[in-house]
Amino acid sequence: MSNWIEVGKVEEIPKQGARVVETAEGDIGIFRTLEDEIFALRDRCPHKNGPLSQGIVHGKRVTCPLHNWNIELESGEVVAPDEGCAASFPVKVEAGVVFLSLEASK
Amino acid sequence: MKEKLVLVGNGMAGVRTLEELLKIAPDKYDITVFGAEPHCNYNRIMLSPVLAGEKTIDDIILNTQEWYDENNITLHTGNMVVDINRKAQQVIAADGTTVSYDRLLLATGSNPFIIPVPGHEKEGVIGFRDINDVDTMLDAAKNYKKAVVIGGGLLGLEAANGLVINGMDVTVVHLGDTLMEMQMDSVSGEMLKSSLEERGLKFRMNSSTTELTGGKRVTGLTFADGGELEADLVVMAAGIRPNIELAQKVGIHCERGIVVNDTLQTFDPKIYSVGECVQHRGIAYGLVAPLFEQARVCANHLAGYGIGIYEGSTTSTKLKVTGIDLFSAGDFHGDESTEEVVMKDAAQGIYKKVVLKDNKIIGAVMYGDTVDGAWYFQMLRDETDISDIREHLMFGQAHLGDSGHGGENAASALPDDAEVCGCNGVSKGTIVKAITEKGLFTLEEVKAHTKAAASCGSCTGLVEQILASTVGDYSDTPKKKPMCGCTEHSHDEVREAIRAQELTSIPAVMSALEWHTPDGCASCRPALNYYVLSAWPQQAKDDPQSRFINERAHANIQKDGTYSVIPRMWGGVTTPNELRAIADVADKFNISSVKVTGGQRVDLLGVKKEDLPAVWADLNAAGMVSGHGYGKSLRTVKTCVGSEWCRFGTQDSTGLGIKIEKMTWGSWTPHKYKIAVSGCPRNCAEATIKDFGVVCVDSGYELHVGGNGGIHVVATQLLCRVSTEEEVMEYCGAFMQVYREEAHYLERTAPWIERVGLSYAKQRVVEDEAGRKALHARFLASQEVFQVDPWAEAVEQDQIRKDYIPIKKLG
Repeated sequence: MSNWIEVGKVEEIPKQGARVVETAEGDIGIFRTLEDEIFALRDRCPHKNGPLSQGIVHGKRVTCPLHNWNIELESGEVVAPDEGCAASFPVKVEAGVVFLSLEASK
Repeated sequence: MKEKLVLVGNGMAGVRTLEELLKIAPDKYDITVFGAEPHCNYNRIMLSPVLAGEKTIDDIILNTQEWYDENNITLHTGNMVVDINRKAQQVIAADGTTVSYDRLLLATGSNPFIIPVPGHEKEGVIGFRDINDVDTMLDAAKNYKKAVVIGGGLLGLEAANGLVINGMDVTVVHLGDTLMEMQMDSVSGEMLKSSLEERGLKFRMNSSTTELTGGKRVTGLTFADGGELEADLVVMAAGIRPNIELAQKVGIHCERGIVVNDTLQTFDPKIYSVGECVQHRGIAYGLVAPLFEQARVCANHLAGYGIGIYEGSTTSTKLKVTGIDLFSAGDFHGDESTEEVVMKDAAQGIYKKVVLKDNKIIGAVMYGDTVDGAWYFQMLRDETDISDIREHLMFGQAHLGDSGHGGENAASALPDDAEVCGCNGVSKGTIVKAITEKGLFTLEEVKAHTKAAASCGSCTGLVEQILASTVGDYSDTPKKKPMCGCTEHSHDEVREAIRAQELTSIPAVMSALEWHTPDGCASCRPALNYYVLSAWPQQAKDDPQSRFINERAHANIQKDGTYSVIPRMWGGVTTPNELRAIADVADKFNISSVKVTGGQRVDLLGVKKEDLPAVWADLNAAGMVSGHGYGKSLRTVKTCVGSEWCRFGTQDSTGLGIKIEKMTWGSWTPHKYKIAVSGCPRNCAEATIKDFGVVCVDSGYELHVGGNGGIHVVATQLLCRVSTEEEVMEYCGAFMQVYREEAHYLERTAPWIERVGLSYAKQRVVEDEAGRKALHARFLASQEVFQVDPWAEAVEQDQIRKDYIPIKKLG
């Protein structure tokens, strides 16, 4: 379907952490969970644009470092009772390498 | 194939259990609910405002028909369950409807106790339990004149008040001589009575009813002392009894209530029970919070998780009775073995009494001013020794210069647009709206939905008052506070386990203590990282991914995602070389803002994350290291000039401050830690609002501890005086070390000392000489591992530096 961009190796992303991909439209956070699942979200919290990539990753969520909003990594949805959604992007991993598509899932 | 769950009883406790169950296992059951009343689940506590005309029935509905439909719950209203075939696992309702169950939840609530005197079955004699009763009372008010309420407890007074507002002539008849004797002592009970008499209520105390007289409808009462009263309406508010009729009929073991165990199961393992109909460890509760706690644990078991335990509730009660704030906890009567401390200002309508035994609070009752109720209750639960604070115990917890809530302590006096929470800009009206629209009952829920009291917490007392007045009762209950939602263990339990079981990593802790989540949350991960490092400094490894961004990146994140850089300035003293290095860095990296901080050093703001290592390399080259302006760590040691320059200086405060900073920098602490050294009692370095403050005096050094500036301004307390700089260093290290080993993560020294007592700190640091030396030695040993410049580490190590740059840059 889309143009897959090679981002880097899975091991270059800290477990329970993230690295940033800079694009013309703004940064995208590439997240790696404890179980080595990879997710990509617009690196802007729906609350006040905080850099989600800098937050603490736990389970399949990240906590925004600015005001502690919790975001589901899979969908970008904010955890209730707060409301909002960060754009999520398709990623795939092949032979330990992460590929990103810039066409947002939503 | 879904299992079948049947709920008997459509009231608050039962439906709450369903809500909790749907949160964690939404697809496990096909749910059917039977309710005897013809309504959806409503807030029974709010019947009083409905009676008083302040609310409508619609206002107090908690779950509309839409809610049942959206959650695929089959609701049968106006249809009481009359039998249960436990062998066939079926319930049978009054109209013959039969439903099978795999699990059954009984939540049949209570019935009002109708005194069995002759005449109690006459028309016009009712309880005060449901919407039907309210309708009857409103009807009576239109058509009749005189009402008598039997029972001067909470419910009776609310009923009486409502009837008076509706124009009736009301007398409250009470068995004893004190109103609300379950919550109030004789003094506060008397104040309450006077206040209600001013509103037009009449009272007949010490009265035992012997007969309800009249024909088909009641017309009066007679009493044991021979007296009589006329009445067209008699409301029985003489207590409630668990509704166990159905349970008894089908052979489920009951005493006063349906007997359940700590997982809310009855003796039939397929049948659970929650709410007012239940008796747990001998107690039947009638307040919201314990019942909601039961609901939470029961839901956990219905979902099949099997990990929740309900151990009973210690309750305090914060109520609003006819507009008056009341608070009650524990044994507020006392006896010959107890002492009382009382504050009374009758003209202002204020009365507070604390009952003490062995210097611990065992009970409290408050009338009119209840802002400090939660504080007394916390100390009651923690069995805190209050000797250190006895002198200002009655004046409450309010600290000098508390900010953020407009200095108010009576929420009822506030208009709707008053800002209650200054951190998050939440008005009283917003809080009330959220509580009523979303059906909130607890402080935690209000925090989550409105952010009020969710940041600094100084408006908590006000928010609790708003809850009590909007919801009807606010009864706080958890016995020990779990660390976070991932566990049932408290901070102390976790710290102890880490030490006892030699747990040296976060996964080891989570495994040993059966964490409920695979890798914790943003709350417990940083706390656990701190706890393992502080217990096992040589063995444990730091986990950067479990640190908040500031500590991970060693810089302060700003609102636009850039960072600020604060190089350390020992004792607030700098050199032309350092200043030049800072200026050069600001120019070279186009840093837009240079600001002097409160900590006596300089902050460079607007630095991009990827530039941080290069900025640090230049600062390192000038001999500067990280100022840790971002950490739960030693921040600064502020000084004033002292005997080196100042005409008043008694000792070399600057020199000493620098020595202290060189000893303590780089250490991690439960919360930010600030030190200052003043050269004389004029205290120009403001040492008396620091965690550890030194005030130099002619004969040596005064050591002060537990001061915090900021939101809750708390001045230090004097620890002791010493004579030499070496002693200052030793006491400083020792105090810091005991704080590090024992305080809870994110507990500053002021609340820690409030919790453990200054006497404890004195005993560990001043009186126990060998202990003090050992603490100091442990501090220094820990510093061997942790006193490292994180900036230099990042500059030198590729592995660390790479995390500062984007993994990829695209056009």
